[in-house]
Amino acid sequence: MVSKPHGGRLIIRVASENRRSAVLGAADEYPVISIGLREAYDVENIGYGVYSPLDGFMVYEDLENVLMNMRLSNDLPWTMPIVVSVDEDSMDFGVGDEVLLSYMDRPLAVMQVEDIYRLDRRLYAERVFGTTDPSHPGVYNVFREMGEYLVGGRIELLDTVDNPYARFYLRPMETRVLFRERGWKTIVGFQTRNAPHLGHEYVQKTALSFVDGIFINPVVGRKKRGDFKDEVILEAYSELVKHYYPKDSAVLSIVRYEMRYAGPREAIHHAIMRKNFGCTHFIVGRDHAGVGDFYGPYDAQEIFREFPDLGVTPVFFKEFFYCRRCGGIVHERICPHDESNRVRFSGTYVREAILEGRDIPDYIVRPEVARVLMSHPDPFVS
Amino acid sequence: MGQGKYTTVSIPKSLYNRIKKLVEETGFKSVSDYVTYVLREVVAMHESERYEEPFTEKDLEEIKKRLRALGYI
Repeated sequence: MVSKPHGGRLIIRVASENRRSAVLGAADEYPVISIGLREAYDVENIGYGVYSPLDGFMVYEDLENVLMNMRLSNDLPWTMPIVVSVDEDSMDFGVGDEVLLSYMDRPLAVMQVEDIYRLDRRLYAERVFGTTDPSHPGVYNVFREMGEYLVGGRIELLDTVDNPYARFYLRPMETRVLFRERGWKTIVGFQTRNAPHLGHEYVQKTALSFVDGIFINPVVGRKKRGDFKDEVILEAYSELVKHYYPKDSAVLSIVRYEMRYAGPREAIHHAIMRKNFGCTHFIVGRDHAGVGDFYGPYDAQEIFREFPDLGVTPVFFKEFFYCRRCGGIVHERICPHDESNRVRFSGTYVREAILEGRDIPDYIVRPEVARVLMSHPDPFVS
Repeated sequence: MGQGKYTTVSIPKSLYNRIKKLVEETGFKSVSDYVTYVLREVVAMHESERYEEPFTEKDLEEIKKRLRALGYI
């Protein structure tokens, strides 16, 4: 059976047509909070139930519980703050007011303000990222980009940010129907922000051996310099699924979300999002949601032990590699040969090969995928 | 910010002693930690038995129409 949404109910917070018209018709009368792309995606994910059971941005009680106990105030597992911040000088509203959340002057949601409270940056960074080092991109965001106050309250979705990949975009309501239509009872979710090499494919297929279907769910959003562009990742995965997956065994669909790079905590959050899409299982690999060397390679797997009530089963993998002696893709539990026989999959290697115009061996990247990567005039984020 | 809010429940002392012995051989810090862990697991299992999708037959047809148009079904 498709997984139940987190908290037992799929949240849909989309304004009715009448409500939308009424709010937008009187938009000039509402106080406005200007939000960035991260919060714009959060608004969308709340509205369509990707963040169920959240129905808005966190009030103090929830944030406190999330920071200190990795749970919402109703005890449900929840590890990442979902907050919207403002500076004091732009706060022309109070508790009980309705405000518009606008991205680049476009109202995306109306929020009923339930709570306004001061952001404790140090505590936030320490608890969520395990560090206050500003070289961590999440910490940088907390100290340099977030406002002094957090505003909590329920939202109603009015609009979404333009989506150039609409044909790859499914909401939880849609994936849940799709999985049923395909007759899938067990579904494993795979999070990615990279073009696929054979290491990814073997992880996915090993997991797929034990379930009915795989939900390949690339994250589309602001990325780091040097990452593959979203369109390249989608095109590459389309080729991979088309040529190397049994018919109707895989669904490729994006999630619009900005990575926080919070390692273990974010791995739990990623699992919850995929549970809401209907996944019963979720793949957690090496250094999931990590950045630099802030987290141990398997910290993101260890943290799942603390959540017996998560409602989605994590599937853990170590690193796959190509072994010359074995003559195939293996991992350390099934390969007895030493490091000199092993070729590690490396995003950096693939990137350098593309930039230098070198061929990528077919035991690292499938030829159809390599063609996509090599033929793109500018495949990387600059 | 506090460390969380707690309350007290009663369990038979004999059970407490059994758990205490068990806890010594595991990674749990205390009997309370163990009981909390086990209860969360059990409660989540029972909660997951109750669920209905939040969409109507009409919604369902609309969703299927979109899935067909996108080539998913």
